[in-house]
Amino acid sequence: MARAVTNQRKAINTAAAWAVGLLIFFPILWTILTSFKTEATAIADPPVFLAFDWTLENYSAVMERSNYARFLWNSIIIAGGSTILGIIVAVPAAWSMAFVPSKRTKDILLWMLSTKMLPAVGVLYPIYLIFIKLGILDSRIGLVIVIMLINLPIIVWMLYTYFKEIPVDILEAGRMDGASLKDEIIYILTPMAVPGIASTLLLNFILAWNEAFWTLNLTAAKAAPLTAFIASYSSPEGLFYAKLSAASTMAIAPILILGWFSQKQLVSGLTFGAVK
Amino acid sequence: MKLTNALFAASALVSVTATAAAAATLTIATVNNGDMIRMQGYTDDFTEKTGHEVEWVTLEENVLRQRVTTDITAKGGQFDIMTIGMYETPIWGANGWLVPLDGLSEEYDVNDILPAMRDGLSHDGTLYAAPFYGESSMIMYRKDLMEKAGLEMPEAPTWEFIREAAAAMDDDANDVNGICLRGKAGWGEGGAFITVTGNSFGARWFDEEWDPQFDQPEWKEALTFFTNLMNDYGPAGYATNGFNENLSLFQQGKCGMWIDATVAASFVTNPEDSEVADQVGFALAPNKDGVEKRANWLWAWALAIPAGTDNEDAAKQFIEWATSKEYIELVAENEGWANVPPGARTSLYETPEYQEVPFAKMTLDSINAADPKNPTVDPVPYVGVQFVAIPEFAGLASQVSQEFSAVYAGQQSVDEALEKAQAIAEEEMEAAGYR
Repeated sequence: MARAVTNQRKAINTAAAWAVGLLIFFPILWTILTSFKTEATAIADPPVFLAFDWTLENYSAVMERSNYARFLWNSIIIAGGSTILGIIVAVPAAWSMAFVPSKRTKDILLWMLSTKMLPAVGVLYPIYLIFIKLGILDSRIGLVIVIMLINLPIIVWMLYTYFKEIPVDILEAGRMDGASLKDEIIYILTPMAVPGIASTLLLNFILAWNEAFWTLNLTAAKAAPLTAFIASYSSPEGLFYAKLSAASTMAIAPILILGWFSQKQLVSGLTFGAVK
Repeated sequence: MKLTNALFAASALVSVTATAAAAATLTIATVNNGDMIRMQGYTDDFTEKTGHEVEWVTLEENVLRQRVTTDITAKGGQFDIMTIGMYETPIWGANGWLVPLDGLSEEYDVNDILPAMRDGLSHDGTLYAAPFYGESSMIMYRKDLMEKAGLEMPEAPTWEFIREAAAAMDDDANDVNGICLRGKAGWGEGGAFITVTGNSFGARWFDEEWDPQFDQPEWKEALTFFTNLMNDYGPAGYATNGFNENLSLFQQGKCGMWIDATVAASFVTNPEDSEVADQVGFALAPNKDGVEKRANWLWAWALAIPAGTDNEDAAKQFIEWATSKEYIELVAENEGWANVPPGARTSLYETPEYQEVPFAKMTLDSINAADPKNPTVDPVPYVGVQFVAIPEFAGLASQVSQEFSAVYAGQQSVDEALEKAQAIAEEEMEAAGYR
């Protein structure tokens, strides 16, 4: 029987949820607000919340100085490409771990995750040298591969969790009806795991979009995505907080909007299998 | 048919390559600051004159440093020109990573570059980077508050006077701190400031045998003086204040004095951003009474060519253009003399129009008062005023400055910090084979 929830309790829960939500969202809100201030208002003490002369001059300054479209396009290609490539590699891997586990499957999963515990800078030089040899420094394809590899453990883990929820009997029934391995993965498993795959796609797209170590260190002029766009407005010697905020807002806006529209899938995907 | 197409494509490719050899596309890594951004706006002038295109990679200073260091040590060849500082230039030049800037044209007039800048950007007498702009540090103070306190700022004050003035100007009721200084950890932030403060008390990082000197009385005196001064008259939480935080405080009228980079002068006197724009006076950085060295540093953002670039000639042309007298005139013509890149050329300071800029003279005097070859009272084996130009310094000084910042934050005593600094430096120098 479900627990009876009083109206009062409901109201408290709602208020608490809003408070937490606002607390998390506040830095982003503050960034957006600051982007409409002048540099002088941006550093005013005490800080000004809403009562200031709103201006678009930071946005026009940023647009004038930087080729936003190029950074944006690079971000889309890198985040999109690495996510799709990651899914293509991870679906078979997760399938085998979920449905044909061996004695070592758990160990392999943990080992994969352990690669995330290594500080990225520790492998900067080897990767940089490999990139030089392959001639893919400052190229989108190079970044697609690296970001895919960085996020692969997470993709495999997520897919593995979702696949585990799918009854193996259904796959067996397909096999009885003569489905080949390829058919089984493409026509039976994948459609059933669509919510899981969708949320994996989304989460990894966000992770790849926000990735700021490799995208800064392996790019120069050609393949630099929005992370480099933000970094070009930060300065330890000079107050450019309003312009930096405008650049940040422009960099996070696409992903924020994407997240907003797909939050239902994200939440259902992330909580999938959480309650048994 | 196919063969014809292939031949056509090949010949097109050849002609494209041939054009590319004549007109190069230069990739230039640079920092985000006002002068550098302004230069990007004038790129068309360079392209018009030479036919070479320019692609800019602008990054935050620390990101840039990491990025170009990775590239040059791995020989990645991503950049044709790198913006580097006075710290990197002699080290990289010595390693053979940079193209020597000799054979510059006569019109460029390399001897016009300020001697202090030339010395700091050379190794063994060879120039490896051309200064785009240079800076020292100086005192910026509020003339109105000084007058109210009944004091007059000498042109070259001592630390004792600074303490007296800070006490007189400190006004909690009106939210005015007597003095604002950098306390933030990091070799280029608070580390730079405490190093020059050390110089002005007769301290030094190493003796001629590369033995760390933090156990000497000069360091104790310098660090104790700084901490007491800031605890008594500095802003709350100064242990985490760097350039930007102090700039913000000063512009809002919350500091009686601020000792920092000379480039800050153009910010604090700009009425658009600064509430105290018409009340700012300048003086040389202080020293302890009787010590010949002052607490002013020397820095330049300079343009250098990494060895191995395919576009060496075009890159040299760019450097000659960007650091020339003509470029300064171009900026002056369009944006006024106060906005030209300062601190690089002697001729700029001889220009009558520039002499009218309020901070011009003090900037030049401050730069001239810094000597990167002889930065300290006692002799040292290194080059550099607020840093030691050895590869190990950045890591070492970041650790040491963290210990000092912990003193400012009240987490440990001066003695404890100096003891730890000495141990860290001894270990590092031992490991690096200097001792």
